[in-house]
Amino acid sequence: MPWRLLRFGLSKSHPEPRMFTTHDTLKPSYDVVIIGGGGHGLASAYYLARDHGITNVAVLEKGYIGGGNTGRNTTIIRSNYLTPEGVKFYDKSVQLWQDLSTEFDLNLFFSTRGHFTLAHTDSAMRTMRWRAEVNKHYGIASEVVGPEDVKRATPQMDLSCGGHAPIQGALYHAPGAVARHDAVAWGYGRGADMRGAEIHQQTAVTGIEVKGGKVVGVHTTRGFIATSKVICAVAGFTPRITDMVGIKTPIYIHPLQAMVSEPMKPWLDSILVSGSLHIYVSQSSRGELVMGASLDPYEVQSTRSTLDFPEGLSAHLLDMFPFLSHVKVVRQWAGMADMTPDFAPIMGMTPIEGFYLDSGWGTWGFKATPVCGKTMAWTVANDKPHELITGFSLDRFRNYALTGEKGAASVGH
Amino acid sequence: MKRLPAMPDEWIDRNTVVRFRFEGSAFEGLAGDSISSALWAAGQRALGRSFKYHRVRGILSAANHDVNVMLQDGPRLNTRGDVTALRDGMDLTAVNTFGGVANDRARVLGLFARFLPVGFYYKAFHSKRLFPTWERMFRRITGLGVLDFNTPHVRTPKRYDFCDVLVIGAGPSGLSAALAAADAGANVVIVDENAHAGGSGLFQLGGDAARREHTRQLLQRVRAHTRIRLLEGTCAGAYYADNWVPLIDAERMTKMRAAAVVVASGAFEQPAVFRNNDLPGVMNGSAMQRLIYRYAVLPAQRSVVLAANADGYRVALDVLAAGGDVAAVLDLRADVPASPQLDALRSRGVELLTGHAVYEAHADGRGALAGVTVCRVDAAGKVVAGSQRRIDCDGLAMSTGWSPAANLLYQAGTRMRFDDGLQQFVPDVLPQGVFACGRVNGAYRIESRIADGRRAGAAAAAHAGFPSAIDAVIQPEITQESESPSHAWPIVAHPDGKNFVDFDEDLQVKDFENAVQEGYDNIELMKRFSTVGMGPSQGKHSNMTALRILARLTGKSPQQVGTTTARPFFHPVPLSHLAGRGFSPQRQSPLHGRHARLGAVFMQAGAWERPAYYAVEGRTATDCVRAEVARVRSAIGLIDVGTLGKLEVRGPQAAEFLNRVYTGRYDNMKVGSTRYAVMCDESGVLADEGVVARVADDVFYFTTTSSGSATVYRELSRLNTEWRLDCGLVNLTGAYSAMNLAGPASRAVLATLTDMDLSSAAFPYLAVRSGHVAGVPVRMMRVGFVGEWGYEIHVPAEYGPVLWDLLMKAGEASGIGAFGVEAQRLLRLEKGHLIVSQDTDGLTHPFEVGMDWAVKLDKPFFTGQRSLKIIKKLPLKRKLVGFMLPASHMGQVPQECHLIIDGGDIVGRVTSISWSPNVGRHIGLAFVPPEMTAPGTALSIRVTDGTMVPAEVCTTPFFDPTDARQKEAT
Repeated sequence: MPWRLLRFGLSKSHPEPRMFTTHDTLKPSYDVVIIGGGGHGLASAYYLARDHGITNVAVLEKGYIGGGNTGRNTTIIRSNYLTPEGVKFYDKSVQLWQDLSTEFDLNLFFSTRGHFTLAHTDSAMRTMRWRAEVNKHYGIASEVVGPEDVKRATPQMDLSCGGHAPIQGALYHAPGAVARHDAVAWGYGRGADMRGAEIHQQTAVTGIEVKGGKVVGVHTTRGFIATSKVICAVAGFTPRITDMVGIKTPIYIHPLQAMVSEPMKPWLDSILVSGSLHIYVSQSSRGELVMGASLDPYEVQSTRSTLDFPEGLSAHLLDMFPFLSHVKVVRQWAGMADMTPDFAPIMGMTPIEGFYLDSGWGTWGFKATPVCGKTMAWTVANDKPHELITGFSLDRFRNYALTGEKGAASVGH
Repeated sequence: MKRLPAMPDEWIDRNTVVRFRFEGSAFEGLAGDSISSALWAAGQRALGRSFKYHRVRGILSAANHDVNVMLQDGPRLNTRGDVTALRDGMDLTAVNTFGGVANDRARVLGLFARFLPVGFYYKAFHSKRLFPTWERMFRRITGLGVLDFNTPHVRTPKRYDFCDVLVIGAGPSGLSAALAAADAGANVVIVDENAHAGGSGLFQLGGDAARREHTRQLLQRVRAHTRIRLLEGTCAGAYYADNWVPLIDAERMTKMRAAAVVVASGAFEQPAVFRNNDLPGVMNGSAMQRLIYRYAVLPAQRSVVLAANADGYRVALDVLAAGGDVAAVLDLRADVPASPQLDALRSRGVELLTGHAVYEAHADGRGALAGVTVCRVDAAGKVVAGSQRRIDCDGLAMSTGWSPAANLLYQAGTRMRFDDGLQQFVPDVLPQGVFACGRVNGAYRIESRIADGRRAGAAAAAHAGFPSAIDAVIQPEITQESESPSHAWPIVAHPDGKNFVDFDEDLQVKDFENAVQEGYDNIELMKRFSTVGMGPSQGKHSNMTALRILARLTGKSPQQVGTTTARPFFHPVPLSHLAGRGFSPQRQSPLHGRHARLGAVFMQAGAWERPAYYAVEGRTATDCVRAEVARVRSAIGLIDVGTLGKLEVRGPQAAEFLNRVYTGRYDNMKVGSTRYAVMCDESGVLADEGVVARVADDVFYFTTTSSGSATVYRELSRLNTEWRLDCGLVNLTGAYSAMNLAGPASRAVLATLTDMDLSSAAFPYLAVRSGHVAGVPVRMMRVGFVGEWGYEIHVPAEYGPVLWDLLMKAGEASGIGAFGVEAQRLLRLEKGHLIVSQDTDGLTHPFEVGMDWAVKLDKPFFTGQRSLKIIKKLPLKRKLVGFMLPASHMGQVPQECHLIIDGGDIVGRVTSISWSPNVGRHIGLAFVPPEMTAPGTALSIRVTDGTMVPAEVCTTPFFDPTDARQKEAT
């Protein structure tokens, strides 16, 4: 047993302070207001304080911290994207992930498992090769492997997938990992709180005051705050915030669903993704299978569940793993995904001075939490886009300079 | 196996003995037993081990929440002992023990409990070096059942069903609702997850036979009613929008669409919280009643009842009626209202201790309950010092409160409010078409449950279109229900803890205090940090207590604290039920049999199976493909192109429709001509391509790519609906077969089968003609994807095989042969034709691939036009060009998607590459920057192992650059 747990047994009272300070009132003004207390917003607050010494910061969360997509995703972390912009950006994120538990002194269960994107057709194999070649160019561990390598990692799998979608090969990405998603928000939250940033839960933003093209303040359910800098990090709610400042983005909202099984003893170490079968699955450290599929095919701003989702996902899962027939699904849920036309995020400056977007996170935002916080903090502190996010600017849609990640993001997340 | 005398509504069949094994020992039970009831009857008290501390656990609810009694039943894992019917020959072991239930070595974890506070795993084990080892350990000790990898794929057919009113729960209120709705004329389905209907009306008796009689009469009438279907052993698994409810039984999932839904799902009895409240023998009062009346099992010889409402007194009376002793009834309340039950108990001489609670429970040598220490509690629930005293008992019934089984109501979007009188959440605002009655609605007295059911049933029927005379508006005044209020604080503090709130996760009272201290002080954060309610029972016996603790710690009301979100499923559902038979569409062309007979090696193209090539014995695949190519170039070949999307648009505005969806112009086409068609999305990205043929003034027949056909049809249907043009769209993809007859001899061969005029004057290149070939009605186009004289012949699908045979026969003398997708890929590559999605990607616009000519920016509108107008003014970023490897090339050949490197940077990629026998070189297509497009430009292609392969940009087509072979010299 690790020695650090001894203090719990040897102390009469529970020797842990509060993770977050509760602030009864909002200050009249802050240097930076962050809308959204998910992983991204809290990470931005953390790095603003840690890297740039900006601590007069309020994170406004209308619910509770980590309650949006941070707490709804299936926690896959990887960097095997398709575009140079994407690969460099997510690679930085994976590097930051490695040390987060130590940095926070909080076990995030960051677990490197290896990630297979299965290819069932020769066209999928071509895409895998493309990704592998781009990844290798930027020093990412990524390679096209054959069915025998898939079999070696997951010997129980039916490689023929029920006979109708035989696996031709896969893109193997050794650094692929999973983590305990809620703890990521708590770790960043505690770190930001310790350094002076204020986290205000149950505080919704109702309007943003813009004068002469500049942000001057934020209206909330608890009153007005003056500020000249606002970061919008609200996942599926981005259009509601951008409406408040009168800017348009090409973001549209689709639900993304997930489900989890009852726990079972460990058998699946790798993270498996199949675009053709619309499925991804990993086994959590508690033994549950955490599963997802592609986006709901229609635009709707809702987190309600549908029956089609577990039906389709289960059918495809049993094609790959027929022996899971008796395993039971405990729970399904949904999040709202900010989708962009090119499957890349929208980050950085906007036509409104002092209004910064961390949005368009579609189905791929969790893995980017550390690098988003880091680059958004830098961007706000220096008032110019961090070099890693120039490919993700809002004006790329005006300039038709898109960052096409669809081939690497649409089911892989 | 001891049983009570026959109970009137017992579930067991005393004549059928069932033999089974548990933890290696032989047991006997009766048909109709649950696993737990049979074991309990046999005197077995340790039925499982808990999740964190591996404590011995027994029966808690006997109602599908006993998740510490999960069993491995062969390939079935996590089988719930409390509700799973016993089968002969079962060989059961408890899940997640290390050495068996009796001697679980992991029980040592209980000794370290002090060192393992709530969320302890967040606080340690994260050194980078050791985490992987720790994680392996965590994974080994968590997880429950074990998978059997030889389990076959279980395919369970699904059903669809419809009804006017679906009633969920067949207890007194549900039965009453079903009758009211059916009497009003509605077709009713009533489901109950239990093996037999009747609900608490048949087991919560308290010596009152009238309660049972009420329920029996309702049940009889329900069974006899022609408009009611009663489905027992069927669980309403979830509620989805528009009254869409999956009904889960042992065999299958039935997807029920109801016009109205009545939720009569009752309430979950909530365990009281005190030290060692998890010992086998400590159970909910309702669990004791279930054991007695369903299985004729006496739960204990000598019981103590911990009550806080009238239900506890009923339990005591039921235990007495079954022949058990009741050592005492404790009541958390200081003042107990007079009731017949109270009088009955007094007359039996049972000791009643008001204002008392259980301070702690004590175990015997086997770990089962041996006695309790009781204590006085004050109004705030505090233990009165020095009031403790011990009472020996082997059973303790907890009847201190309920929590509504409102999961489906939450899923339906019901707003709930906390009723202070009842100390329970009740529906406040129900969504349209959803009704609630009975205990889930706060009605507890049997009369009010039946009345409430009648009201809800009538209201639901009226909603479904069957109004009745019953007043459906009046809600019973549920706050006047004084009979079964839940106790606000059924919790007793103990310095040594082990007072469990969540049995799934082994969470004790202090875990919640500590979580709040650490700042996890709202219900959602507390859930996520402590994991309360996240176990297999999803908080059915723990969420309410957790909420009460949080409310008290934060000084809020339960209403202010609120509940966490209820999600599907109500009880866990097997993947096989959800998956059903499994449906993976596979499409075969009408000519599939012909291909198979010719030795085709098939490849998957979307849902289609297409011949990649035709195998010839003794030849390699490459040789076969090359032979097919050579035959097309030198003589004649036939390929099945029936997988192309084939659509028809008809109507006065058909041309306008095509003008809007494709980039070219179609209104000025002559009847009898064809035109290449490119489709873009809103951002100007190339989405699909095909050929449009004008077959009549207001009829266009057009093709899409094979892979895009379904998507294109769906999108065009959407646009047609949105634009409301005067035209209709028909998908003929499956209705037509299509084949391409190509090669220098094609015209001569075709001429032998048709009297159509095939001269260039009558049937020029790019024309479309209708006529007959060998008597078969055809639509023919002269197109040239493979770069030879050729005819794409479209015929109704049923004629396809006949025409194929006739063409093959007619071409015999000219050396005809079938060719497959691989040969076609090479033939088109020699002509420099691109394949959408292989030679394009998610950002490719027409100008990058030399299709400027196909984009008519001067049209009033087409999808993507605005974007393309802007893109046209921007400098090109890349272009698709042809390239060749040097004639002398030896060594590795690049593959598709290998990158082109210049100055150490990625500047492009190969999209197609192949050895061309007709050019005598490796030829290909690649994206390169605009400055590298000039023929002769040197390219460096990096292959998988990093080797650079030189190549050179060249013009396309690689073969027959003037297309001379496709047209007659003029």
